[in-house]
Amino acid sequence: MSVPERGPLSEPASEQSALWLGDTPDEEWTPPGKTPVGAGRTLMLEMAARVLFPTVLVFSAYLLLVGHYGPGGGFSGGLVAGLAFVLRYIAGGGSEGAEIVARLHIRPRQLAGGGLTLAVLTALAPMLFGQPALTSAKLSAQVPVIGELDLVTSLVLDVGVYLLIVGVVLELIRSLGAGIERDARDAEEPAR
Amino acid sequence: MSSLVTLPVLLPILGSALTVLAGRSARVQRVIGVVVLTAVSAVAVALLAVADRSGPVVAEMGGWPAPVGIVLVADRLSALLLLISTLVTLAVLVYAIDQRIADYGREAASTTFHPVFLLLSAGVSLAYLTGDLFNLFVAFEIMLAASYVLITRRTNASRIRSGMTYVTVSLTSSLLFLTMIALIYGATGTVNMADLAGRIGELPTGLQTVLGLLTLVVFGIKAAIVPLHFWLPDSYPDAPAPVTALFAGLLTKVGIYALLRTQTLIFPDDRPSVVLLVLAGLTMIVGALGALAQDDLNRLLSFLLVSHIGFMLFGLAVFDAAAVAGTALYIVHHITVQATLFLVSGLITRRTGTVSIEAMGGLARMSPWLAVLFAVPALTLAGIPPTSGFVAKLALLQAGAGAGAAATLAAGVLIVASLLTVYAMARVWVRVFWGAVRPPLPDPDPTDELVVGTARTAKPMYVATGALVGVSIAIAVAAGPLSAITARAGHDLLDRGPYRTAVLDVEPLR
Repeated sequence: MSVPERGPLSEPASEQSALWLGDTPDEEWTPPGKTPVGAGRTLMLEMAARVLFPTVLVFSAYLLLVGHYGPGGGFSGGLVAGLAFVLRYIAGGGSEGAEIVARLHIRPRQLAGGGLTLAVLTALAPMLFGQPALTSAKLSAQVPVIGELDLVTSLVLDVGVYLLIVGVVLELIRSLGAGIERDARDAEEPAR
Repeated sequence: MSSLVTLPVLLPILGSALTVLAGRSARVQRVIGVVVLTAVSAVAVALLAVADRSGPVVAEMGGWPAPVGIVLVADRLSALLLLISTLVTLAVLVYAIDQRIADYGREAASTTFHPVFLLLSAGVSLAYLTGDLFNLFVAFEIMLAASYVLITRRTNASRIRSGMTYVTVSLTSSLLFLTMIALIYGATGTVNMADLAGRIGELPTGLQTVLGLLTLVVFGIKAAIVPLHFWLPDSYPDAPAPVTALFAGLLTKVGIYALLRTQTLIFPDDRPSVVLLVLAGLTMIVGALGALAQDDLNRLLSFLLVSHIGFMLFGLAVFDAAAVAGTALYIVHHITVQATLFLVSGLITRRTGTVSIEAMGGLARMSPWLAVLFAVPALTLAGIPPTSGFVAKLALLQAGAGAGAAATLAAGVLIVASLLTVYAMARVWVRVFWGAVRPPLPDPDPTDELVVGTARTAKPMYVATGALVGVSIAIAVAAGPLSAITARAGHDLLDRGPYRTAVLDVEPLR
């Protein structure tokens, strides 16, 4: 029998799994060792979060794009993307919120403000062409391989809303989630 | 021209987004806020001019015509209220900016105050301009969401408590509002107000009454009509002066506006409504008597606010063109004067360190300008000639006197409530401004948003308050042309023709 045994229990975990999967992330998603053991982390949820996080983000992008004709749009897409971050926050054991946001190199407020600006400017733009506000135009183009591609300008508004919602959810994780836990810890400190 | 109608809503939202982006520069945030509100005021002037000359201005969102699409409509009434509201908002913003400079320093930027303030302004504009019942709900939600933040930020336990009352009552009324919209849509298949004007009449009378009463309850809570007023004197007085001024000046008036719009457009009547007259009388007298019992200056002003909501409801209850016009004029006058009084109360509290009338004294000697700034709006609120309050009250009384026994009785109550207002104001004057000079009390909670008992008051805060006093004097001076506009607006409201024709392109109803 030349096939090596692949049972996960019998192998040194980290090196082998990197060998199998070949796509070890550059950054640590749910870094072990930084959070004290027993701080509300569960292995199952953490593993599930690792698998689900990129999938949910792709799904949110799908919702964003499909929103013009089908169920979806910037708001629901943004909420789903926000939920992906909430999942990471919960899996990461509570105090992760601020770290997630910091590691993403995103300032949530800038994201929200930028998204809202984009959305309002898209709403105002048609007035420059003498159309009522919020009018959308349809641009069609022949793209090689894919075929005919329609771009409705209201997609830009949806992208703005998407960014706004993601920004707001990240801000909520940082201020209400991690912030409140930090305050609670600080309040407990003197009592110990 | 029609695209102008969208600007009062979109510009403040854009300003709100930009102030978030400029979260680190206090100077940029201030400039954005003032520029946006000035621009909206200019747009409101243009809208009023156009609406008065050539009828309601309608903007169809995305080019979709009513009743399918969402429309924004600026007729005489909404353009006039938009103008006065934006002017008051601008003055309050200037006051708030300078208060923040005095309290936290020139460099202190805020990522919540400016964005939320402008968002509130966008919600108020949308409430005035929308021609669609569901969009009116959205406007109220924008206003409320912003007001939840403003009433509870940098807070302490007692303000959280009063904030909870406010949030709970507001959420309840939002839920009822949503139910009402669902019922109306289920019964008629439309939420466009101009379209509803033609459809409601086809429903059974009982259903019409239920929907009309539900509307009255929903907007009655927003407008603080007795017995739905209990939340107001509990929640407004605890917030910082600019926030209270904005809420007292605008939010309840938006409720009255919504009531005025829906009752005239959707649920019209051809004679005075006894239910509304009773409610108006109760509101006037309960508010005024409540004010007499207060020692807290802000609570006193809040009860007077409730009382004067009754005055506006009185005009609507009488339900003829002159009375509705009187209500419109009274709203314009009251937005200005109530906001001014709360700003002055903020200045007084900064000086004395307390809101208790009994603990103050001798302010007229300590700060004569403050006495002038209080005296003018106090006389205006009481309705002493020749102020704008007198003009507005006279318009209401003239309309009410000849409209049957119930209306005449309610007009009598109005006069009694006015006298009680005079008494309440005189009591404040005697206790606060006369008597022995008392030293300021220390700030009971230095960590919260309210800074009191300090002599440090930036001069622009006085200027902003003075500007509002100037606006209310201007209303009295321009009473002739102004009441001509409100008379035409009142006629439009009862006629319904111009509004419906502009929105729907249909024949007039009657």
